[in-house]
Formats: sequence, structure tokens, C-alpha cells
Amino acid sequence: MTLADLLLTPFLEFSFMRRALVGCFALALGAAPVGVFLMLRRMSLMGDVMAHAILPGAAVGFLVAGLSLGAMTAGGLTAGLIVALLAGLVSRVTPLREDASFAAFYLISLAAGVLIVSMRGSSVDLMHILFGTVLALNDAALRLIASIATLTLFAMAAIYRGLVAECFDPGFLRVAGVSGPFVHLIFLALVVLNLVGGFHALGTLMVVGIMMLPAVAARFWASQIWSMILAALLIAVVASYAGLLLSYHANLPSGPAIILMAGGLCGISILAGGRDGVLVRLFRRRHLKA
Amino acid sequence: MGSIVKNGIAPAIVASALVQLTDLTLGYNRHPAVHHLGGAFLEGSLTAVVGPNGAGKSTLLKGIVGMLKPLDGEISIPGLARNDIAYLPQQADVDRSFPITVIDVLCLGLWGEIGLFQAVGRSRLARVEAALSAVGLDRFEQRPIGSLSGGQFQRVLFARLLLQDARLILLDEPFTAIDMRTTADLLQLILRWHGERRTIVAALHDFDLVREHFPEALLLSREPIAWGRTAEVLTPANLLRARQLCESWDEAADLCRRAD
Repeated sequence: MTLADLLLTPFLEFSFMRRALVGCFALALGAAPVGVFLMLRRMSLMGDVMAHAILPGAAVGFLVAGLSLGAMTAGGLTAGLIVALLAGLVSRVTPLREDASFAAFYLISLAAGVLIVSMRGSSVDLMHILFGTVLALNDAALRLIASIATLTLFAMAAIYRGLVAECFDPGFLRVAGVSGPFVHLIFLALVVLNLVGGFHALGTLMVVGIMMLPAVAARFWASQIWSMILAALLIAVVASYAGLLLSYHANLPSGPAIILMAGGLCGISILAGGRDGVLVRLFRRRHLKA
Repeated sequence: MGSIVKNGIAPAIVASALVQLTDLTLGYNRHPAVHHLGGAFLEGSLTAVVGPNGAGKSTLLKGIVGMLKPLDGEISIPGLARNDIAYLPQQADVDRSFPITVIDVLCLGLWGEIGLFQAVGRSRLARVEAALSAVGLDRFEQRPIGSLSGGQFQRVLFARLLLQDARLILLDEPFTAIDMRTTADLLQLILRWHGERRTIVAALHDFDLVREHFPEALLLSREPIAWGRTAEVLTPANLLRARQLCESWDEAADLCRRAD
């Protein structure tokens, strides 16, 4: 087997592999920058929470229209936004901290979601929603993921300054300007959008992996926000490509393969990352003059 | 009305009240932390808010800046827009490992002018550089904030205040855990703002520093003890009263009927 056989042939030969690759690349483009900001806001677990919150909406869509892209997307989007809004509202008007209010709301919606799916669907359908079908992306799903990625990048560019300010010093923005809550809401909407877009490919649970793992890994390579975003993007793209190859050659389910690849890159980064990686800390390098 | 009037001291320059407090009570869970405070911070005044721990100094500043709603009474700042107020919290709620450079932090101070979308531009950038050098941090532009010491970071926050160009500046314990040299430098900045007729209210606990540099003082001990010229406020009798008054927390406190 030549190198080309190993690295290129699967994609040249099978259109479902090409579709999966395009879908994952588009997903990475939108999800990786969102993940970086989630991490910087110390809301790394928020993605997970929102992914669970999407479930009842997607389930209702499934209940009404079966495995239909439109209905499940609309349902997931609605449920995710409602949970994000309610949790944000509760943490702003009561002393309950944001993480606690998100935890409360997502647990409620997770239970509701599982209940609704089990009312009609089989466990195969549940697996579908939970773990996605990256090798069976149709045109509509691809268009949806690509549109969400495009929208995300434009929206992030528009609110970039506010996002950085909100992440760095939320108290300052609350006193100095009125745009804090507004920026935060747009950002939460982007989180939900990307999760909804991703769940067709990777499922509601694992889509968080392509969002957070590259972001965490990027933290060990870059020391500025823009470079961190670029690093996360690169890592997400590499993980998608390598994960699909792994799943093809080793005949493994592709969603988990992709996320495990991202996880592997994350592990390598934690160990060998140039900025605060374990190895860098372990070996004492000569100190500088000043 | 304020005890400035009660003490019969006419301010040197006839100035109007910038922040008017009317029978103000601030607190948490209906327990007052600032109790029935009335008076005014005059335009261009430099006031130190002093008192023992738990006297309500920070609470008062939070109330003025709008982070805390009064339990009773009123705070009115009629002449100022949101952008005209700058506030430095006691422990800024910032992540010091955040990947951001000093210059970007300073640019946040321009928020009132540039908002989300406007470019910083060359002339504003020049102001940023000037602010940085005013706090003694020349050539620190590209340093990540994680590499700064506590004192240096406080200087950065002061430079950001400088750029906010606010008419009312509220400082909550700005010199805590900061060496004498930095304190002296930052104090010069405060005095410069005072010279520019900005109104400054600073919560402080160092009486010597207050006596030396702050013309006005408000002594709080949950209840207002005295408010006026510093020398007349920080008298041994007043300080003793402040210490005695700062009662302990009473979970089952009765309703306050003083206003009835």
C-alpha cells in the first residue's frame, strides 16, 4: 500500500468519505473558534450542557416528523436557545451562579429529551441522535453545516471585541457599556447553532468534542487569542481528517474516531505543548538575563 | 441633607452636587450595609470613604455605580451618562492568565468612544501610549498580562481608568497589597485627576494617607459618622464612635422604623 492509498484513496474513491470530510471541515471552522471563547470564559462545560439541552427539541422534531433534518434542527435550536436564555436570565436576576443554573436547566431538558424519544422511537433512533451519522450526510445537511459555519465566522468577527472584553473582564463591560448582555446572548446563540449543526454529523453528545478538545489543545501552543483560534482550527481539521482515515482503515465508527483523534492531539498538546506543556515544565531550561 | 451643610463648612469653590444621596440604605437580603446616608459628592471633590472593615465602603461604591439597588432612599447622578463614570473594583474580576496584552487591556478604556465597531486609530493609540507612560510602564505594550506583577497590573488598570476620561471616578481600595512606590505614583495620578476637576471617591483604610492627600472624607460605620473636611472628620472621637458602632450581624434584626 502506498502513502497515497493510505491518505488519499478513501476520499478519491468514495463520495460519502468526501462528504464527511467537507462536513467535518465546515464544522471545525465554526465550532473551533466558539470553543476557544467558551474555554476563555471558563465555560468549557457549557458546550456539554447545551448539547444536552438540545436533545428534547430534537426529540420533539423527531416525534413530529421522524428523522427529518429540518424538524430536528428547528426543534434543537428552539430548545437550546430557550435553555440558554432561561439559564442566563436566572443567573443575572438571582444570585445563583451561571454554572449552577445551567446545570439545573440542562438536567431537566435531558430527562425530557430521553422521555420524548423513548415515547416513540427505537433505541436505534436514539443512537442516531446521540451519536450522529457523519458518513451519511446528505446535501441538505452539508448546506446546513456550511451555512452555520459561515454565519458563525461573520458573527464572531462582528462581536469579537465585545467577546474578548466579556471574557477578560465582565465586570468592566457591565459598568462601561451596555453591549455586554447583548454580546453574550449572540455568543450563546452561536454555541447552540454550532451544536445543532454538528449533531447531524457527530450526534448531540460528541459534537462538543470537536468544539472543546481543539480549543483546550490550542491553549498549549498559542499565547494570543487570534493565534489560539487559528491553532484550534488547525487541530480540529487535522483531527477530522485523521479520524475519518482511521475509521475507514480500521473499520471503526467515524464519529468517535474523529473525537478520539482530537483527544489524542489534545493529550499530545498537554504533554508537549510549547506554552506550559508538562514537558516544558519538567525540564528546567536556562533562565534569561532579564 | 449632607453633613457638609450640617458642619457649616462652605466649600471653597461654589460647586454643584454631582452625586446626591438621599436617605440612602444599601444592603444585602434586607440587612443594611450602608444605613440612612444622606449628602452629596460635589463636582470636582476628592473624597476618601473610610471606616472599619464591614463599614459599607465598597457597598456604597457599588450602589453609586449601579451594581446594587438601594433598599431604601435614592442615589441621583443627574448630570452623568454611563460613560462618564469609571469604577475600579477592589478585586477586579479578571483572569490574570487570560491571553491578552497590556495594550489591548488599555484599549478597553476607550470602550465608551469606540464601542464594538470603531477603529482605535492613530490618535487614540497615541493616547494609549501616553497613558501607559503616565503610569510608568513604557514599552510594556506587548507584554501579556500574565507576566505582570500585582503592582504593575494595578498600574495597567489605572492607565485604563485614565483613558476612560470619566468625570466621576470610583476607586475601591486601590492601594491594597501594593508597595509604597507604586502607591505614591498612583496617588499622583489621582491628584492630577483632582486638578482636572474630576470627581473622585475612593474607599481607603490608611488614615495617614487620607489625612495627607484627601481634602474631604466620609467616615462610615454602616451608619454615617461624619462627612466633610478630612481634619474634622478623622477626629479621635469620631473614630472611636466608628469602631463602636460597627455592630455585629444580627440575623433576626427587627424592621428599621427610623424613616416612619
